[in-house]
Amino acid sequence: MSEVAETGLAVRTMARWHMALRRQLPWFAAALLFAALPLVFRSGTALTMMSLIGIMIIFALSYNMLLGQTGMLSFGHAVYYGLGAFSAAHAMNAIIRAKYPIPVPIIPLIGGIAGLAFGVLFGSVSTRRGGTVFAMISLGLGELVASSSLILRDFFGGEEGITTNRARLFRVFGLSFGPQIEVYYLIAGWCLLCMIAIYALTRTPFGRICNAVRDNPVRVEFIGYSPSMVRFIAFCLAGFFAGIAGGLAAINFEIVNASYLGLQQSGVVLLAAYIGGIGYFIGPVLGAILVTYLQIMLSDITEIWQLYFGLMFIAVVMFAPGGIAGLLAMHVPLLQARALHRLALPYLLTIAAASLVAIGMVTVIELTHHLLVNAAEGSAMQLFGLSIDAATAWPWLIAAALILCGSVLTRAVWPSTAQAWNDAIPILPKGAPR
Amino acid sequence: MLELVLISTLNGVLYGMLLFMMASGLTLIFSMMGVLNFAHASFYMLGAFFGFQIGRHAGFWTALMAAPVVTGIIGALTERYGLRNVHRHGHVAELLFTFGLAFVIEEAVQIIWGKAPVDYRVPKLLDFPAFTVFSTNYPAYKLFMLLVSIGIFLVLFVVLRRSRIGLIIQASLTHPNMVAMLGHNVPRVFMLIFGLGCALAGVAGVIAGPALVTQSNMAGLLGPILFVVVVVGGLGSLPGAFIASLLIGLIQTFAVSINASLADLCRAFGLTPDVSASELWTVTVAQIAPVIPYLLLVLVLVLRPAGLMGTRET
Repeated sequence: MSEVAETGLAVRTMARWHMALRRQLPWFAAALLFAALPLVFRSGTALTMMSLIGIMIIFALSYNMLLGQTGMLSFGHAVYYGLGAFSAAHAMNAIIRAKYPIPVPIIPLIGGIAGLAFGVLFGSVSTRRGGTVFAMISLGLGELVASSSLILRDFFGGEEGITTNRARLFRVFGLSFGPQIEVYYLIAGWCLLCMIAIYALTRTPFGRICNAVRDNPVRVEFIGYSPSMVRFIAFCLAGFFAGIAGGLAAINFEIVNASYLGLQQSGVVLLAAYIGGIGYFIGPVLGAILVTYLQIMLSDITEIWQLYFGLMFIAVVMFAPGGIAGLLAMHVPLLQARALHRLALPYLLTIAAASLVAIGMVTVIELTHHLLVNAAEGSAMQLFGLSIDAATAWPWLIAAALILCGSVLTRAVWPSTAQAWNDAIPILPKGAPR
Repeated sequence: MLELVLISTLNGVLYGMLLFMMASGLTLIFSMMGVLNFAHASFYMLGAFFGFQIGRHAGFWTALMAAPVVTGIIGALTERYGLRNVHRHGHVAELLFTFGLAFVIEEAVQIIWGKAPVDYRVPKLLDFPAFTVFSTNYPAYKLFMLLVSIGIFLVLFVVLRRSRIGLIIQASLTHPNMVAMLGHNVPRVFMLIFGLGCALAGVAGVIAGPALVTQSNMAGLLGPILFVVVVVGGLGSLPGAFIASLLIGLIQTFAVSINASLADLCRAFGLTPDVSASELWTVTVAQIAPVIPYLLLVLVLVLRPAGLMGTRET
């Protein structure tokens, strides 16, 4: 080739590499973030919470492979998480007994393979149909496995579960994985790997056909693919990643019991994925972070945090079915048109008014709970840092006033938000979702 | 042996009829609206607790009248203000809404009545042994439960097959849009049906409360079995739900009384299995009795997704 052509080719190749690297920038940023987080949040609680968030991210992403990507609502996904955790715990105990040179970082893979195996086993019966039938089968299978956990005591350890000790495995680079910081980095590493893998899956033709099966299974048959085979493969892969999350949980907690498999755990991952937003890749990540954070922090503040969880879930289902990611994505066109500031004031007013209602309702619920259930402790209680006496009329009146004023203000302020959106729509770029 | 069979049959039929009382409402809601109401067992629990609370002040019989009405009204309001808004987002959103509702109702019951069981007693009028079978006294209350369940089945059957509103409900099962175009207020019918379904669950709660333990986890215990009944019986079929609930009631009751394991079966054929190899050899049928309904569910869904007598798959 001529010199000019050679230089041109070299420049174009470098430009392509440059573009490819720029596209992967978010992953480098994520890796950096994961590595730097323990340096910012140093306390033990923070480390534990970040480890739990990491596990939940993998679990929620694996669940979204079923729900958001392939349209399969499963009520028994925790089965693969739990079975992966049990298999990893048994594997760790076997490795310790026989002194195999298998280090801790490989253990999640064992959990993943167990999840994959059970996914193949149960998926062969579950995935023939989609929709409600699949949801019911998953519920039945989940209850089946959860009930079996008390019957098959060798594998499930009965009510105490299976315990293990991660520090007694083979050590590489002198790491015993005893301290929480080492476990955090292990979880962060696996989390990054799984995120990249699951994201890559969504970009393959297989991922696209999964989306097609979600949207129109009959048409997928007409173009030559079998929806049940696609669902089956997606199910197995989701089981694989759930098993990895289970293996990491086994390493983190060093104890695995039947609660890992149950309907409660399946419900939590469903909550996390849905609240985060099932239509976007980043949705389950946000949901996992929020749900884990609330689970840990909220249970310290109030006894009835599960009620608030349920109410939040219902609110998302009713008013924001796209989840948090959906809400954020709704504002991206505004960001691109640099019109976000127009919504700032209406949003501020609406949020302030709605918070009044929320505070009032929380007060009523907490007062009721305290009077009815904790009656033995007397009527004094702590709420929002203030000491109040639940038996007097004042807290009730204030709560009622807050709810009333808040409702009136919200109704007054809401039209301004609608108006701000209406004004912003003409300046949105063409083709943006409205 | 005869005693075992007779008593197991009686208990099985009773348990099955109790399941039917709850499943009838669920089938009705499902056939009408296509939404599997996860919160149905929660309305059953609400019925039991309302029955207890009203019964404390006004007696059991008033509670039997009033508690289902209250539960039905709560159900109708839920449908009107909650489910109807979610309906446009699709079936997945409806399922998830009822899932969240079940969660919230359980938490609310825990807030008001606490986590311990409440002292819900059989009314004095029915607190005597009705007859004696092989030296076991059979309480009259259980006969009362049986009578009420059969009564509900007959009333529902007659209303659905012979009355005008039943005709509309049956038509909406297969042709909801056509029924709407014929001028019936389909949303209002939906609301009434949802309320009626929840009221039926409430009746089941008021009646079953004294017999089973009335506690805030009763919804979680009975909920999954309800789905097994409805799905096995056939999505949308009331006679199917009747047969399936009897089937599951009898199977579970008989299974609990069989103390044989796989190893025993092998020994009956003259083989001697190595029981120390795996615990699967020594697990008795009685131990796996709680699991059998789910095995049945998976089997039915794999072989015949429409259920035993169902008319639709979704």
